Amino acid sequence: MIISINRRNDKENYMKQYKIDKENISTLEALEYIKENIDSTLTYRSGCKSGSCGSCSILVNDKEVLACKCKLNDDITIKPLKNGTIIKDLVVDLEQTAKLLFKSKAFIEKFQDINIKKEDEELIDLQSTCILCQSCYSTCPVYSVNKDFLGPFALTRVLRYTNDKKEANNTKKLDAIQVNGIWDCTLCGNCTIACPQFIDSKTDIMNLRMKSVQNGYSDPTIQSNDFLNEFNNYNDFNTGFNPNSF
Amino acid sequence: MYDVIIVGSGGAGLSAALSAKEKTNKVLVISKTYPTHSQTVQAQGGINCVLDYENDSISNHINDTYKSSKELGNINTIKKMCESAQKTIIWLDKLGVPFSRDNSGKIAQRYFGGTKAKRTCYSSDYTGLKIIHTLYDNCIKNNIEFLNEHTLIDLIINENKYLGINVFNLLSGEVIDLYSKTLIIATGGYGNIYSTHTTNSVSTTGDGLAIAFKHGIKLSNLEFIQFHPTALKGTNTLISESARAEGAFLIDDEGNRFVDELTTRDEVARAIKIKIDNGENVYLDMRHINANIIKEKMPQEQKLIKDIMNLDVHKDLIPIVPAVHYTMGGILTDVSCETSIKDIYACGEVAQNNTHGANRLGGNSLLEIITFGKIAGNNAAEISLKKETNIPNKIEFNVINLILEKKLGKSIYKIKNDLSEAMFNYAGLYRTNNDLKKLHLLIKKFEEEYKNTGIENKSKKYNKNIVDYIELGNLLILSKLVCQSALKRRESRGSHFRKDYKQINKEYQKISTIQNIKERVEYKLEEAL
Repeated sequence: MIISINRRNDKENYMKQYKIDKENISTLEALEYIKENIDSTLTYRSGCKSGSCGSCSILVNDKEVLACKCKLNDDITIKPLKNGTIIKDLVVDLEQTAKLLFKSKAFIEKFQDINIKKEDEELIDLQSTCILCQSCYSTCPVYSVNKDFLGPFALTRVLRYTNDKKEANNTKKLDAIQVNGIWDCTLCGNCTIACPQFIDSKTDIMNLRMKSVQNGYSDPTIQSNDFLNEFNNYNDFNTGFNPNSF
Repeated sequence: MYDVIIVGSGGAGLSAALSAKEKTNKVLVISKTYPTHSQTVQAQGGINCVLDYENDSISNHINDTYKSSKELGNINTIKKMCESAQKTIIWLDKLGVPFSRDNSGKIAQRYFGGTKAKRTCYSSDYTGLKIIHTLYDNCIKNNIEFLNEHTLIDLIINENKYLGINVFNLLSGEVIDLYSKTLIIATGGYGNIYSTHTTNSVSTTGDGLAIAFKHGIKLSNLEFIQFHPTALKGTNTLISESARAEGAFLIDDEGNRFVDELTTRDEVARAIKIKIDNGENVYLDMRHINANIIKEKMPQEQKLIKDIMNLDVHKDLIPIVPAVHYTMGGILTDVSCETSIKDIYACGEVAQNNTHGANRLGGNSLLEIITFGKIAGNNAAEISLKKETNIPNKIEFNVINLILEKKLGKSIYKIKNDLSEAMFNYAGLYRTNNDLKKLHLLIKKFEEEYKNTGIENKSKKYNKNIVDYIELGNLLILSKLVCQSALKRRESRGSHFRKDYKQINKEYQKISTIQNIKERVEYKLEEAL
């Protein structure tokens, strides 16, 4: 089996090919095999080997995968995740994670002692299985132009805590996601496709938009309509003629 | 100068951090990886706590734990854990852990091995994952300071007084000194001495234990290694006990059940190993379990089995093997989490605080790490507030250059794999005097090989090989100590099974301790305090 890996050292980026004569192994096992037998300098992250720590996410043929759960195929290309600073080989900088979670206030702000029903817990079950693997971060086109975007994993987490009956104060959370948040998402759905946990961040973001509107926030991208309304009112009031009125 | 430094960012480390932060702002957490990459994410099944007082009681929980410890646990420590279990669950619930609920809205509970009552609270089969992420979210909320991808290199101790630590910054390649009034070691277990036969994360390499040992801190019960009965054959991926708890069978090649699936893990694992050693296969059979139960309570297992083995739990038998899962031994602490050196605390899997003894009950480890993590954080912070310390003179530390200067001999990865195979073959589910003696010689050989090799990669920036090199050194120290402890315990008790001493021996109803006293290894049997 031939696999190509995008390497990066202090000086340069380069592609390197490796031959592995092993069948039916995971991509992570292939990386381990290379590191242990061919080139020990190959650098990647890994942890639990069972899809729950999220440390081994990489691109295989330009698609985000967890290396431990992705079967190795012949003639594949492995690259580091996109949208992050590459530190070395397949390792990207992860320091933004905590910053995004902090900014979006993805936690219980104020606890309330309330009776929780089975269905209340089920409502946040899927979102709370996020493993912070950064696949959604990598695949998101908004990040490529705006590093301050709160993005899919943080926003999904906000919805998870907003929908948590134990939270007594949702206002701060909704407030925190208005700028560089829910309205900046293009709803392309890449995150939903990339998520190894089958979390639908796109729908989560749409739900947060709905919750925001219900709580008196408005979509800043249609603020121009307010301006138009003012303009119309002004015309109405002053001239009695409005070409845009019905 | 920090008040409290916590090395390790799993469930114990983060609980300690949150609890210390209630008392002081000068808290720092060191993570070798990232908090959400820690071993705790793999705890699937649940966390024990008596909630149903009609059918269960705290004294039952205490008795079951003590019984499973094969009378090596300490009743007072076990009591502390079981009596505060409800408080622990309420704390987690308040932080936002989404525990699964039953139809009446109460926290749902399931059966686990070694108990006759439904005592295990869970979040589907992602209990550890949801706990660690919730703890992490709360650390972020509380502005807790983290240093990620920093590996513990050494403790700075002067005349038996704790001063600080040295850590290796993976990104820059530099070693830095950090000083604090108190230290909490929460670096996890040592499952990777069996690296090719473990369900553990690659990072669970016993660093805290090995470094503590070098400084004369007392370790205990290292011979007790828990094998999980059901890991996927070929990859050692954990399939939680919840599968058996929800009714899965263990069957052999002829389709016969051969062991009570819900007895303690050591017994189930040994029964499976006997079959395997006889050349048979063993399978987990979930075909008869209702599809809705699997969907609701074991979504992760179903997915893992599909993704990794390409098998369907509704139709296929799942080939399994036992694999090293949890290490009962650790840094000896008392109920306040203090170690044998003042101002140094330990909690979580790295600690041996006499709750699990010779065998841990499923669902008790999450309970232990949270409960004692909180206690350690609280105690360390309180002590630090009363303590005056000055920053000592900087100590020159050249360890990284020494590693980089070494010539390349046998690959450290080959040594690690050879070590694991030797450990599994000679200090696995069954041990004998001869095997352990053979193992001792082999470990000495590996130590020589390790001494005579370095790493190929000489770069300073993000040189993961340096961490791998340091970790292997720690694994070698621990393997030797495990081997020595297993050799000295001439009886079979809990997870430690000697073919040449098959019975439990009253004389050994004591914990083992092992300590480095002036470069001499001192082994003792002591009462569990």
